[in-house]
Amino acid sequence: MAKHILSVLVENKFGVLARIASLIAGRGFNIDSLAVGETEDPTASRMTIVVDGDDKTVEQVKKQLNRLVDVISVQDLTRQDHLDRELILCKVAVTPKTRPELVEIAKTLEAQVADAGVKNITILLVGDQAKVKTLLELVKPYGVKEIVRTGRVALARDV
Amino acid sequence: MKGAQILVECLKREGVDVLFGYPGGANLPTYDALHDSDLKHILVRHEQGAAHMADGYARATGKVGVCLATSGPGATNLVTGIATAFMDSVPMVAITGQVRSYLIGNDAFQEADVCGITRPITKHNYLVKDVRDLARTIREAFYIAATGKPGPVLVDIPVDVSQAEAEFVWPESVEIRGYKPERFIEGHRGQIDKAAKLIVQAKKPVVYVGGGAIMSNATEELRELINLIGAPVTTTCMALGIYPEDQPFSLRMLGMHGAASTNFAVQYCDLLVNVGARFDDRVTGKVDTFSPKSKKIHIDIDPASIGKSVPVDVPIVGDVKRVLKELMKEIQALKQKPDYSGWWEEIHGWQKKHPLTYTQPKGGKLKPQYVLEVLSDLTKGEILMTTDVGQHQMWACQFYRWTKPRTYITSGGLGTMGYGLPAAIGAQFGRPGERVICLTGDGSFVMNIQELATAVDHKLPIKTIILNNANLGMVRQWQEMFYKKRFSYSAMRSPDFAKVAEGFGAKGATISQPEEVRPMLEKILSDKECWVVDCLCDEEEKVFPIIPPGKAIDEMILDMA
Repeated sequence: MAKHILSVLVENKFGVLARIASLIAGRGFNIDSLAVGETEDPTASRMTIVVDGDDKTVEQVKKQLNRLVDVISVQDLTRQDHLDRELILCKVAVTPKTRPELVEIAKTLEAQVADAGVKNITILLVGDQAKVKTLLELVKPYGVKEIVRTGRVALARDV
Repeated sequence: MKGAQILVECLKREGVDVLFGYPGGANLPTYDALHDSDLKHILVRHEQGAAHMADGYARATGKVGVCLATSGPGATNLVTGIATAFMDSVPMVAITGQVRSYLIGNDAFQEADVCGITRPITKHNYLVKDVRDLARTIREAFYIAATGKPGPVLVDIPVDVSQAEAEFVWPESVEIRGYKPERFIEGHRGQIDKAAKLIVQAKKPVVYVGGGAIMSNATEELRELINLIGAPVTTTCMALGIYPEDQPFSLRMLGMHGAASTNFAVQYCDLLVNVGARFDDRVTGKVDTFSPKSKKIHIDIDPASIGKSVPVDVPIVGDVKRVLKELMKEIQALKQKPDYSGWWEEIHGWQKKHPLTYTQPKGGKLKPQYVLEVLSDLTKGEILMTTDVGQHQMWACQFYRWTKPRTYITSGGLGTMGYGLPAAIGAQFGRPGERVICLTGDGSFVMNIQELATAVDHKLPIKTIILNNANLGMVRQWQEMFYKKRFSYSAMRSPDFAKVAEGFGAKGATISQPEEVRPMLEKILSDKECWVVDCLCDEEEKVFPIIPPGKAIDEMILDMA
């Protein structure tokens, strides 16, 4: 089993997200994340779908996605040079004693302190999967209250 | 023009000659427009009937079938028919009314999220929100339904869109950037070369043909190929008749209820050439034991069908007709006559040892297979049969000799009981000169029996033959064989079908003796009326051979002895 990042260009129409979600659920595929947004062309959206599965399963996911009329193209970025990033907001418990430590962690990872309260601070990080994982490991001992992640977004790199 | 008039004009321009439908609140504007039109509309008695009729019409003619229904319950009644067409890749356009745009999402009277409901069972669907999009949408719907791997497309039209005024603009061409079926028509040259070499080098090939070859109208090419190479050919129930079963190269149907010799040939061959079939579980049995020693060639227009369940050595994405033409050229260019004589000897041995057979005892109960044998003998392939689902469906595959394509019309993928009669009506409208027979069971027939009224209304000479065993026969067979004879709710008492038929205005008859079969069939086949013949058969009779669920295809049960 390996993670595959699929970059799927779709029509920017209502119901397209439902079509993709329904196909994935109906055919029993497992996905890790799905991120979607408008592109440089306002009539198209790009979805980044992270699929967990063996090569045969991922091949089927790609072929089934390609069958959808609203899908313009499907690219498997895993097989080529690509950039991928995820945004995470992480709310962590804080005391006057631990506050400088958490700010330091954020600084080290080139993350931001997006919000600071009396009992919690919220760290915002944009990074690849390794960086996200590091942040989560480092803040874990302080007590993580809430996390929200966008899922990965990815683009092919120019060669 | 009003939206509804635009719709009717579009249907005409698409060359639609008949619609099957049912009016209701949300499609009243469409029906109002139809009132002024010369388009032929057939009023069904249940929307499910409309969907199956459009489907039967499409399978009999190769053209796109069209059905209409209102919003909510009208549309949900189409659902089984749409799913049936989807599973068997039948080109169909379903047009449903929807509540007014501003009421959508409001739980309005007769509202259902029809696009949501039909998303997984349509090739594509549309909710038309602006009357200016209507003509283009209808054009796209027909294009998508008929091209590539065909399938049903649904167009949902709110009442206010049907009533809105717009200028009629007919789009001359269709341009959908995410849908380019023309990319998948020509097979890959290199792969076709490889396939040709494998075919001439094989010692034990089998050609396995599915519904895709019928959809592609590849009968002529397929027959040429088989006669060129002299290989055994077997078909799924979706392709019966594409190669004449009375010819020596035919191994007839394979799979769960295929002849034992055919399944042995598929299992032990060294090359399996899949032509427009999809390695369905009813064909492969336990998939990891399927035909283990063979190289596999798979020709299919749908890339997603290739490698889905069975790994393939030579995948060829393309239109069957085109690919077969190219393949034959390649084979001829190799100037190597393949020699399959040893293989044929082996197959003939199996055929002799395990013939497809049954016994009709003198003076005993009527055997359903006997009815089909007599029908086959009387009509010699010159019929168009639709069926329902269950034992009768399989006996028809086994005991009728199929010699022409598009003559056996059945719900192969979804297995929809209640399909037969409405499909027969649709097929009869599509091919008015054809002798149409609906072969059914006592369970299936009542699922859409109301359509007898439609058939009688239009004086259709359809002959319904019920193989009545007072049971859900296939369910009973599985309970007997795999559930310790615990016959849980599989017996049913049916009405007097002959009288029911008469009540509908058709002719009815009941027979129960073998000697009644031939004269009765002769009588109805030469008659112009709509007939229902109830054949009371032996309830103990089972379909053999059978591949038990989860077993390999050479682990068939041949009989109960």
